[in-house]
Amino acid sequence: MSRQSNRTTDSKKMNAELFTLTYGALVTQLCKDYENDEEVNKQLDKMGYNIGVRLIEDFLARSSVGRCQDFRETADVIAKVAFKMYLGITPSVTNWSPAGDEFSLILESNPLVDFVELPDNHSSLVYSNLLCGVLRGALEMVQMAVEVKFSQDTLRGDNVTEIRMKFIKRMEENLPAGDEVHSRICVPC
Amino acid sequence: MAIFSVYAVNKSGGFIYQYDNYVHRAEAEKTFRYPLDCVLKIHDEKVVVSFGQRDGIRVGNALLSINGLDVNGKFTADGKEIIEYLKDSTNYPLSILFGRARLSSNEKLMPASMFHSLFAIGSQLSPEVGSTGIEMLETDMFKRHCFQTLTGIKLIVLTDPRQSGIDELLRKIYEIYSDFALKNPFYSLAMPIRFELFDQIFKGAFEIPALSANFGPGS
Repeated sequence: MSRQSNRTTDSKKMNAELFTLTYGALVTQLCKDYENDEEVNKQLDKMGYNIGVRLIEDFLARSSVGRCQDFRETADVIAKVAFKMYLGITPSVTNWSPAGDEFSLILESNPLVDFVELPDNHSSLVYSNLLCGVLRGALEMVQMAVEVKFSQDTLRGDNVTEIRMKFIKRMEENLPAGDEVHSRICVPC
Repeated sequence: MAIFSVYAVNKSGGFIYQYDNYVHRAEAEKTFRYPLDCVLKIHDEKVVVSFGQRDGIRVGNALLSINGLDVNGKFTADGKEIIEYLKDSTNYPLSILFGRARLSSNEKLMPASMFHSLFAIGSQLSPEVGSTGIEMLETDMFKRHCFQTLTGIKLIVLTDPRQSGIDELLRKIYEIYSDFALKNPFYSLAMPIRFELFDQIFKGAFEIPALSANFGPGS
């Protein structure tokens, strides 16, 4: 099989438009297949989740990021490393909740919506909802349960695109052995 | 190249992948006359040497073939009990091949899962807080290196004790896993990897000059 001989594991840069257009085709098809936008949003989230649980390994293998012990660290890694690596953008991290368990990613530009104008009959469609699923799936694999949703979207007339992330819990039961550095209960002797 | 085997174990200790990179050495074939001058016994459904070590035949070696025909557990190729067959003087002279017993796929799978538990015990028994599990296990003949990813997958490499450059190798294996197993839409997570393309790329990684250069010749 000669076609495989020149494959390497180096990461390749690809044309963002191909990706954007493919995503557009996917959303359009889902809109045809399902009657209401809510169902499409749900499907996009599910697909994103399935991508996220696999993408996290790629991310960890290529970046030398260690385990995050703080949600602020997680926010930084997502915005500065992960978004940069896979979408070529660096969202800003703002709107921290006082408890430090919620923050927003503000996307100046969203490469997924480069050519999109939402028709009137799709007012409740969250066009880029796949991203929510990706974030949720990826973080779940590193034992963090989070809630992710679009709270603002330029497609729906907002000034910016905002993804809101909320930390729910650390999934201790899935923590690999020898990684529970900060979760161990210390018994005084 | 002195990298013997690679194992991958998922986060619940299940076996995902195994690859052997060595040829069986130290096998000895010898022609015997009646009576047989070493003591054989049956161990684990195999015929092994229990006493009488010489001419490259070692205690613990298994009987692999008689007159060039591979044996089948404790039976000869045509179904006779080996121990009985060797007692019959009319069958002599015969030539017997001894060597290390080959691990069946089931026998390879068990130590991989067992190491998963040892790794966890290692981290629990640690006198220091915040210890990882076993990262390296050394014996006279090999070293066993283990790298656990943040998602809990363990990549284990068995090498020659003098082998260097293992961290790079483990990293490379992780990249190949994330590329050629996880990006395959037909791969279901945490299941054994059985794909030809993956095998090809994986074997290819052992031929990369940058990696194999510092891996040195096999002993």
